[in-house]
Amino acid sequence: MRPIDIASFASHSLQSSRTRTLLMMLAMSIGVGAVVVLTALGEGARLYVVNQFSSLGSNLVLVFPGRTETAGISPGMLLGQIPRELTMEDARALLKSRAVSRIAPMTIGSSEISYGPLNREVVVLGSTSDLLEVRHMELALGQFLPSTHEGEPVCVLGAKIRHELFGNASPIGKWVRLGDRRFRVIGVMGSQGESMGYNTDELVIVPVSAAHMLFNNSGLLRILVEAKSRDSIPRAKQDAESILLARHGERDVTVITQDAVLATFDRILRALTLAVGGIAAISLSVAGVLIMNVMLIAVSQRVKEIGLLKALGASSSGIRTLFFTEAALLSIAGSIAGLALGEAGVLTIAKAYPSLPVTAPWWAVLAAMGTALATGILFSVWPARRAARLDPVAALSGR
Amino acid sequence: MISLEHVSRSFAVGDQQVYALRDISLDIAAGDYVSLMGPSGSGKSTLLNLIGLLDRPSSGTYSLDGKDVTALNDEEQARVRSEKIGFVFQSFNLVPRLTAAMNIELPLILAGIPSGKRKARVEGLLKDYGLSDRADHRPDQLSGGQRQRVAIARATSMHPSILLADEPTGNLDQSTGREVIDLLEILTEQNVALILVTHDPAIGGRARRQLHMLDGRVIG
Repeated sequence: MRPIDIASFASHSLQSSRTRTLLMMLAMSIGVGAVVVLTALGEGARLYVVNQFSSLGSNLVLVFPGRTETAGISPGMLLGQIPRELTMEDARALLKSRAVSRIAPMTIGSSEISYGPLNREVVVLGSTSDLLEVRHMELALGQFLPSTHEGEPVCVLGAKIRHELFGNASPIGKWVRLGDRRFRVIGVMGSQGESMGYNTDELVIVPVSAAHMLFNNSGLLRILVEAKSRDSIPRAKQDAESILLARHGERDVTVITQDAVLATFDRILRALTLAVGGIAAISLSVAGVLIMNVMLIAVSQRVKEIGLLKALGASSSGIRTLFFTEAALLSIAGSIAGLALGEAGVLTIAKAYPSLPVTAPWWAVLAAMGTALATGILFSVWPARRAARLDPVAALSGR
Repeated sequence: MISLEHVSRSFAVGDQQVYALRDISLDIAAGDYVSLMGPSGSGKSTLLNLIGLLDRPSSGTYSLDGKDVTALNDEEQARVRSEKIGFVFQSFNLVPRLTAAMNIELPLILAGIPSGKRKARVEGLLKDYGLSDRADHRPDQLSGGQRQRVAIARATSMHPSILLADEPTGNLDQSTGREVIDLLEILTEQNVALILVTHDPAIGGRARRQLHMLDGRVIG
């Protein structure tokens, strides 16, 4: 038989038992669709985290107070046990390193902001003028914290805070009250949304010294250190460690690079994606068993036809090829339908959660299609062999 | 052309050997018209299946055109069936989901003949057997006589040299049965060897050579 005739004969027999064919395609396509949607979700979560980290700034080295014995974040840090505070002097000292271009200290507290009769709770971030560059933030109005006169009582409002307190009126030059102090508004941040747990739209940024006075403390939550280039990140990390070792007399800070954190999250989330993809692939093998079952029924329903084909000159291997082709066509159609189903699901999720960058990774799509084809063909080996082995005399008489 | 030498065919039923054919030696020449008659269970169909290479003898040799075909493997036997042997069955054995034209085309498809050539040959056969206006009908839309004509057209589509008919009139009324036999007899004039299994002495009696079987033996 010519390949084209085999294909058309197989597709003809699939079309003539429409319900059976559609049900098997449905099973196959649900399997493939599940793999596509679940891996797209996993990959979306990974990309989301990666984006969050890169929006933090580039070439960053983070300095935390407290020491961890191994890489990562120590339990002590999570519990807020800070052996020795990081100070502004520590932060400025880091600029001595030639690998460091800029630093931005951060201290965080929460306070009440009020303007006229309006007031609300806000997160107050104390930092310096370089934060704008280091964190890749954008200014919508006015100016950012001044690089000189650090003690000045000025503040920069998040987009949402500005909107809630001032509506559409310009807040520049107005005085707002934070806790028991008054601050002059000098700028408004552009709308950026959430980043690493803080919604910059709902922040109020003040100079570090003002924040220290407001919250009556002196330490820094962390120092963002920007290395001069990607290549100088390890150097910046080393320098930061040795400078702070010299200042503190012991290793009591944790210095991590953005890349290290990112790589860890990347690994975890990729493993997660693989796991959910693998679970979805199990449903594909279930579809494979279904295909085997239905093919076996098809063989026993078509015993007479198989006997006839043998009498008309088909060899056993020819019969086997016919049944194989049927299974393969079914799997191809099913996996294409599943791909469409999956992509539709991905689009729906993308519509519902625009902030999540859901896209099925190409390897998952290939793996899903490959698994579908392989299971479809693998599970039809037995039925096809059974068809090929039929004794034509018995088959023709319908025994 | 067909030469059987001391051919036997036995089946194991339980722990007993049951002989369907016993020591049959038989020669059939090209264009021969042979009828095989005998009671049920006398081995007619087994002999026919054996000649049609659907079955293998337990002992003895079967040579076709001077070649021992019992020694061929499955693939080679399939090719011989495809090229030299046509089957006509009592219950027609048409594929129900295929049209008359496609049923006739089936052996040509299995033989790997290109599509253009197939279409021409099928059209000729449909015309020869008066089925041109039934080409696109499925078997369940055809009468018994039409179905058997489709089956004969299918059996001859590869221009076989042997036509094996197992009770071809068994499911037909007498006049349609007669028509079918007429069509088969025309083929013997084209040098096709026709071997016809039948119960009906009136039909069997028309053959140039009549073989009677009993208990797996040819008795004359």
